[in-house]
This record gives sequence, C-alpha cells and structure tokens, in this order.
Amino acid sequence: MRRLFWAAVILAIIGGVAFYVLTMPRMIDAGELPRHTADVANGEYMFFAGGCASCHAAPASSKCDDPKSTDKRKLAGGRCLITPFGRFYVPNISPDRESGIGGWSDIQFVNAMVRGVSPSGSHYYPAFPYTSYQRMRYEDLLDLKAFMDTLPAVKSQVPGHDLALPFRLRRGLGLWKLLYLDGKQFSPSRGQDEKVARGAYLVEGPGHCGECHSPRDPLGGALSDARYSGAPNPEGKGYVPNITPHKTGIGAWSGEEIIDALETGLTPSFDSFGGTMVAVQENMAKLTAADRAAIAAYLKSLPAVASAPRKKEAAK
Amino acid sequence: MKRFAKFAIALGAVAVAATGAVAADDPIKVRQELMKTVGKSTKLSSQMAKGKVPYDGAQAEQAMQTIAGVPDKYVTLFPAGTEKGGETEASPKIWEDMAGFKASAEKLKVAATAGAQAAKQGKDAFAAAFGELVKTCKGCHEGYRIKKQK
Repeated sequence: MRRLFWAAVILAIIGGVAFYVLTMPRMIDAGELPRHTADVANGEYMFFAGGCASCHAAPASSKCDDPKSTDKRKLAGGRCLITPFGRFYVPNISPDRESGIGGWSDIQFVNAMVRGVSPSGSHYYPAFPYTSYQRMRYEDLLDLKAFMDTLPAVKSQVPGHDLALPFRLRRGLGLWKLLYLDGKQFSPSRGQDEKVARGAYLVEGPGHCGECHSPRDPLGGALSDARYSGAPNPEGKGYVPNITPHKTGIGAWSGEEIIDALETGLTPSFDSFGGTMVAVQENMAKLTAADRAAIAAYLKSLPAVASAPRKKEAAK
Repeated sequence: MKRFAKFAIALGAVAVAATGAVAADDPIKVRQELMKTVGKSTKLSSQMAKGKVPYDGAQAEQAMQTIAGVPDKYVTLFPAGTEKGGETEASPKIWEDMAGFKASAEKLKVAATAGAQAAKQGKDAFAAAFGELVKTCKGCHEGYRIKKQK
C-alpha cells in the first residue's frame, strides 16, 4: 500500500514536470534578430497588410463587438471577440507605457508576434493570429514596431478574457502550440513564381487570411488540407467564404475580379463585402496594385478544395 | 341581376389579385429582389465608372435614381417574424437596432441622389460619387448582414 502511494506521488511529479516542460514558453533570442535600420514607411505598410487596427482600434460605440472603429491609429483595444471558447477582449497595443506596449524592446515585440509569448513569459491565446504572424520576416516586424511606436499613446482599461473553464488555464496553451505553432518563417516553395511567392507571403503571413477562411479542428487548429475552403465565422454567426479556386469557392472569379474586389469591395456579382471583410478590404485597398495582384495570383494558385457540406440552420 | 353578376366577377377578380399580392408580398422575397435591382444598377455604374463600358450620363443617372428609390421601401420590409427563413442574410442586429439600420439605409439614398446629380457632370464626377455610394453598401453590410454558406 505504501509502495502504491509512493508510485502515485512519483507519477504525479513526473506528470507535473512533463507538463511544466512541455508548456514552457519558447522564445527566440535577441541575437537571432538581424541588424536592421527600421523603415517606418514599410512598417506602416505592414500595419495595414496585417490588419492590426481591425481588432485593436477601439470600437466606435459602447458595444464591444461594434465592427466599426473611429480612429485606426488609436489602438486602445477593448473590442470583444465572441467565440465558441468564450469572450476575448482585445488588448491595448498603443505605445502607452501602463496600458499598452510602450517600452517593449524589439525582441519582446518579435516574440509576441512570432511565438505568442508576452514579455513576462506567458502565452497569448491564438485569437491573436501569431500562427500567421510567425511567417513574417523579422525586418518587416521591426519596421512594424517602429511605425507603431509613432502612434498616439492611449490609456484604457480592458477587461480580462471571459472564457470557458478548460481554456482559462493559459499555461496549457503551451501544448496547443506544440501542435499548431511550427515556428517556421515564410519561404517560397521550390520553383514558385516571384509574384505568387509575394502573394503567398502576404496571405500566409501579415494578411492572416487563413485565420477566418480556413476550417478548424475542435481544438481551434487550422485543418491543413482544407486551408482557405471556408469556415463558420469564428466570431459568432454566419459563414466565412471558401476562397480557393473551387466552384464552391471563388473558382468562377477571374484574377482581375479578385483584384477589383480587394480594391473596391465589390464582388463579381456586384454585391459588396460585409462583416469583418469590410475592414480587411479597406486595408487591402491601401496596398500597392502589384501586391493586390500578387494576392490574387496566389489565391488562384491554391488547390481547389470543396467547402464542407452545408450545415442545417437549426444547428446554429 | 346582371349588375350583381358583374359585381361578383369584379369581387372575384379583386380576391384573386389580393391572393397573388400576398404571395408576392413575402417581405423576405421582396427585399431580396430589391437588392438584386440595386446590384444591377451597381454593375452598370461600376462598369461605366471604370471605363469598362462607354460612359452614358443618362444611363448613369437612371441607375442612381433606381438605387435612390430603394431604401425607403427596403426598410419597411423587416417586420417582426421575418428574422429567419427564405435564405435571409439579415442580421438580428437589424431588429435590435432598427434606428441604426434605417440611418444606414438613408445613407445609401443620400449617396445615390448625389450620384444622380454627379452623373450629369460627366464620368469623373460620377465615378467619385459612385465610390462614395459603395462605401454605404459596405457600411450597412458590415453590421447588418450575415453571410451564409452557399
């Protein structure tokens, strides 16, 4: 009996240590960053390519899920994302020292973006799309930080996330990251056309298109073989369309029509974009025509994947 | 008697017409058809604004007037009980915030009315006004429409 007790104690210790080790935040060292003189203009470009303000700018009204914001340069946070895991409140990322990210070092910023780890070493929830931002070039990230440092510092108080019980344990996100955060920076695939590669970088990295357009497994990881084939809206009701060249996606759209839609917000059937895609499209309209064309070329190059079978309305 | 027969026939005709009207008056259908009308005018306007078809001031003005005629009627087509069914993509927010929804629709009317005026001043003025109109489309679809899987 005594032996059984000690066996249980030892197993618990091993389990605890294993959990501790497996869930440790994994970061990159400052030494891995390139020597780089920040280009603020490119940082501003990345700010729009990355859609930072779409989530982090304060909502226009007292409704925390108001899709509109009044000033995209004031990143006071406070917006709520209502998801199946609970309600996330978007943090302040203005340069305010108390409530924002003022005073962060370059390496702290980069680790937040590519490893989803805060300066104090805790995991961020992947509602913050670091699974996409990890693909970004360090130079682009350093430029982005330099631009964000020029934005107004705003004080705000953002409520803590309100999540269902198993998801409240932040440390457990370390396990999630072992499954879904591969730590790879973007590199073009062999023989990939230069324009397609640029589009791939924008879509996979800063644009984080797959965060909404890709279906996820029950743990919230993107299903790799169904990427971009559409998914239930991660924030509540409705459906985010399939953007692969399949007939259930945008296979009928020409490259020119994709470019037009990103520039104007009108689809080939002369409907307009809606929901959160409006903010995304307004950002895409700020990119160069060449980059919109690159995005279109990449989307056209994706494998055509059929949308998942349609669910009955009653299931929602 | 002959008079009565005539009266009865007329009454019957009215009843038939009324039944037909009830079917065509399904608000979900009517509002979807109205949006298609807007889509058609948007298509023509967009193609002219972009120079994909030759600019025709009269046609551009007509397209804008067609769109301007929609919002007042459109906002009356969301009575209680039409929140679901018929593949509607209307968001529950319409009913939670009817005043905001109506204000949003009014912006389309204002933009289309301005567009009809701009159409008389030539292609560039029209294209600029059309750009403003598209913002009102997005502004409303941003909060009051929920895209469903096709």
